[in-house]
Amino acid sequence: MSTRLSKGGRLIDRSKPLSFRFNGAPMRGFAGDSLAAALLANGQVLLGRSFKYHRPRGLIASGAEEPNALVNLGRNARVEPDQRVTTTELFDGLEAASQNHWPSLDFDIGAINNTFGKLFPAGFYYKTFMFPQIAWKYLFEPVIRRAAGLGTAAKEADPDRYEQAYAYCDVLVAGGGVAGLAAALAEAKAGKRVIVMEQTPFWGGRAPVDGGTIEGLAPAEWIDRTLDLLATYPNVQLMTRTMVAGLHNHGYAICYERVADHTPGDGRPRHRLWRVRAGVTVAATGAIERPLAFAGNDVPGVMLASAVRDYIVNWAVSPGDRVVIVTNNDDAYRTALAVLDAGLTVEAVVDARERAGGDLPQLVRARGVRVMEGRGIAGVMGHKAVTHVQVCSQAGEGGVTETLECDCVAMSGGWSPVVHIFSHVGGKLLWDEAGAMFRPDATRAPTGPDGSVLARAVGAANGHLTLDAIAAEAGLSAEVEPEAPLAPVWVMPAGAGQALRFKAFLDYQNDVKVSDVELAAREGYTSVEHTKRYTTLGMASDQGKLSNINGLAILSDSLGQPIPTTGTTTFRPPYTPISFGAMAGEARGDLFQPMRRTAMQDWHEAKGYHWEPVGFWRRPYCYPRGAESHRDAVNREITNARTNVGLLDASTLGKILVKGPDAGKFLDMMYTNMMSTLPVGKCRYGLMCNENGFLSDDGVVVRLSDDSWLCHTTSGGADRIHAHMEDWLQCEWWDWKVYTANLTEQYAQIAVVGPKARKLLEKLGGMDVSKEALPFMTWAEGTLAGFPVRVYRISFSGELSYEIAVPANMGAALWEALNTAGEEFGAMPYGTEALHVMRAEKGFIMIGDETDGTVIPQDLGLNWAISKKKADYLGKRAQERSFMVSPDRWRLVGLETLDGSVLPDGVYAVAEGNNANGQRNTQGRVTSSYYSPTLKKGIAMGLVLHGPERMGEILDFPADKGAVIKARIVDPCFYDKEGEKADA
Amino acid sequence: MLTLTCPCCGVTAEETELTYGHEAHLKRFGPGSTDAEFEDYLFNRKNPKGVHFERWRHSYGCGKWFLAARSTVTLEVYGTYSAQTTEPPAELIAKIKEKCPGWEGWQ
Repeated sequence: MSTRLSKGGRLIDRSKPLSFRFNGAPMRGFAGDSLAAALLANGQVLLGRSFKYHRPRGLIASGAEEPNALVNLGRNARVEPDQRVTTTELFDGLEAASQNHWPSLDFDIGAINNTFGKLFPAGFYYKTFMFPQIAWKYLFEPVIRRAAGLGTAAKEADPDRYEQAYAYCDVLVAGGGVAGLAAALAEAKAGKRVIVMEQTPFWGGRAPVDGGTIEGLAPAEWIDRTLDLLATYPNVQLMTRTMVAGLHNHGYAICYERVADHTPGDGRPRHRLWRVRAGVTVAATGAIERPLAFAGNDVPGVMLASAVRDYIVNWAVSPGDRVVIVTNNDDAYRTALAVLDAGLTVEAVVDARERAGGDLPQLVRARGVRVMEGRGIAGVMGHKAVTHVQVCSQAGEGGVTETLECDCVAMSGGWSPVVHIFSHVGGKLLWDEAGAMFRPDATRAPTGPDGSVLARAVGAANGHLTLDAIAAEAGLSAEVEPEAPLAPVWVMPAGAGQALRFKAFLDYQNDVKVSDVELAAREGYTSVEHTKRYTTLGMASDQGKLSNINGLAILSDSLGQPIPTTGTTTFRPPYTPISFGAMAGEARGDLFQPMRRTAMQDWHEAKGYHWEPVGFWRRPYCYPRGAESHRDAVNREITNARTNVGLLDASTLGKILVKGPDAGKFLDMMYTNMMSTLPVGKCRYGLMCNENGFLSDDGVVVRLSDDSWLCHTTSGGADRIHAHMEDWLQCEWWDWKVYTANLTEQYAQIAVVGPKARKLLEKLGGMDVSKEALPFMTWAEGTLAGFPVRVYRISFSGELSYEIAVPANMGAALWEALNTAGEEFGAMPYGTEALHVMRAEKGFIMIGDETDGTVIPQDLGLNWAISKKKADYLGKRAQERSFMVSPDRWRLVGLETLDGSVLPDGVYAVAEGNNANGQRNTQGRVTSSYYSPTLKKGIAMGLVLHGPERMGEILDFPADKGAVIKARIVDPCFYDKEGEKADA
Repeated sequence: MLTLTCPCCGVTAEETELTYGHEAHLKRFGPGSTDAEFEDYLFNRKNPKGVHFERWRHSYGCGKWFLAARSTVTLEVYGTYSAQTTEPPAELIAKIKEKCPGWEGWQ
């Protein structure tokens, strides 16, 4: 049973008691407690159930590596699953609940999986849920999905605030222990801009717990002195509660600051994501102790030796009164000393080495503790808490020589440097035989943009596991008890049989045991990356911080090869999970993405428009009146534009000015048509292709003057086409004298569309808009109602139509003027859907509907817009390729259903027979389909095999639920084929 | 995330300010070229493990295209230079040769 000690606890403030709840039960802690320490102090050893077998689990570690003790933190909208209690600071009113059990933590039905554990070996899912295929959808997947996952996510929006920040430095130090602070000081003295980030709330790392002296001072004193010194440097920034989560290319570090997790509701952002660009990153990230793989090493009460002394020294929490220590190294004897200093009992130190004769073991022996050499643990007794351990010979098969009563087992299998930051960007590791660990290879460090070293490791992260070695690397002096070499122990006892290996856990969070890795090796998994995925070793939210080295050592042993040959799995950011909130930052709600507004946006919003996203624009889809449905509104808007006059906000159309002596030559390359010969004052519809020959954009090109053209693009295409033009101008024809400018937002543009359009403009007055003065496909400048305008006689609707451009700041006023003056003519605004239907009635193509990146203009019957005279244009050579000139390409036609219904968009026309995959052959597909209120029936366009040669033929379009819709191939132009209306 | 220095405006820009434009120094083949030449121009790319010449645009900066020589293995940037050229500058080639003795050259 764990409890709070009456004395000590270097991190807690006993004058500040805090209350919190675990599974509803009230508990008490102190300021400075981690939730883990506070739970242990309240005697809560059992903290959760394991993922697969639902085994009872307690704390193993005291820091970020903890795999078991994950809880649901908070409640309602603030509930957050899978929070490690070891890295959760206690605050008053904290609420936590254990996970993965039903109905309760103490009594969990799912634990039945444990009884049948032998039925769930490595690869269980892959082997079992194979056949029949249909069962995946209806049986296996629903059941597995229900059983999967640990915690429960909040169902409401996150009420907290998150933010992101940038920082730049010469040196980023990850880790605020002795090595990190020493490195920071050295860099600060050299005048470098330094940022030091410590993931916990406390500076100093392990040194204050582990003892020794630095420069003659106790570690805590040296740390305080160094921090004071660092604070005097203006070029140093010190940050606690901030983790370097990942290091990326060219020194880009993602860092995670937990600003207000411990002070919820104080108005500060909860998390802050830092994007730091660092010249050099120093990984001073310490090392993580490894568990030992013995049977029952997951029973609550079995902990890492370092964690046991952390809880005692840092938080005055006793994990148990009677402690058995099991180790393969000298460091764990420090735990024995800490336990003894706290007035508790060390039942024995079980040392796997033949001989434990170092200074530390002698110190422990001198205090009357029994040291059992050459011994291991054969088993742990107890279900929800340790009651006994069985001791055996480490060299043997597990024959029990003695049973020791205890309520805590402190284990140590040696230490693994935290090499993550060094490895994230490609730093290579080497195997250190003496320490039985991988450590960074400084000769193969990651490099930056100039080829210099991007990251280096110092201290324990660099394999220097003792204080004197850490200090020596930093050029400091230190004294600490010397340590005798460890003996690598990957399975305990060495000759453990299947029964023991089946209970020896490697990955606690994913319930992967020694036997699973060995099975994978027997089944042919020789790559560590494959074994990881097959067994799920190291794939839980702790990412194998405790399990990876043990697991690959066992794999190596099974494969009969040395550990460095097996190698490690890839270390990937983030080091520990970071919140989605931090990743999203302020990019939510209105700030999720930028919004582009036309000059008339306020008017649209005031009219209660229904909008659709077009790029970053929100274009009016339609303007419903009262209770009118969207469909009815669209139909009304179309009919009105066809009979009276409609107004469209066309401001989003791309407008690119192309100017210069070579502008005409340049546009002849950009467009399939001849633009250089377009007379000043005229407009011409143009097509743009890419070098692959595929149609990429279209729009009306206007010749403004001798050396200037204005190119209209699609609403979504302006930036892309402008970039496309610049690409060719800068990278291919850089000697051509041409300038481009994207003027899209400089002008507001309004389409005035319908038989009464001219009357409306005449009422505004100021310029001659008659057929004679301003014929179809021309433009003129002048004034309308006093506004300086440029008027284009172009039509995308088939009606008499004027597109009027004004400087953007006058757009709203002109729009207002047109609406007001238009009342007597029945003017109404119309939206994008009406625009789409009207263009489809005319058989005009829409980029993105009729085109999909595989369609050439010739497919769309647009040969008339392709110059035969030009020697070259972008896409011309590509369009000469054999499959581009094939008569078997699907080509554009109109489609008219026999029953007048609307074809579903995108449906295919079937042909006889099946293809090689047993699917029905096809001979065409629908590219646009609408209800036409003008024709009072469904109309469609589609690409059909030999389409234009098959007028009148009837095609079958299978739709939902076995229905087949029959449609006749017709001309794509359904309305005013002669074009008299637009030309009126 | 890479950082590249735009030779046009001199800004050392983050990758998010830049647009990648694939391999540099392609020779355009238009009408009159053979199918093989056109295929090569349109589709066949070097994709080297090591020194690579590529196009970048400082899209959210000065808007200019430029060229960069970069190692696809170590991400070392040997240099950036104007896009208005048909071959890498001689000094840059010399620098790369010095750094990468086994390099076979840019063509």
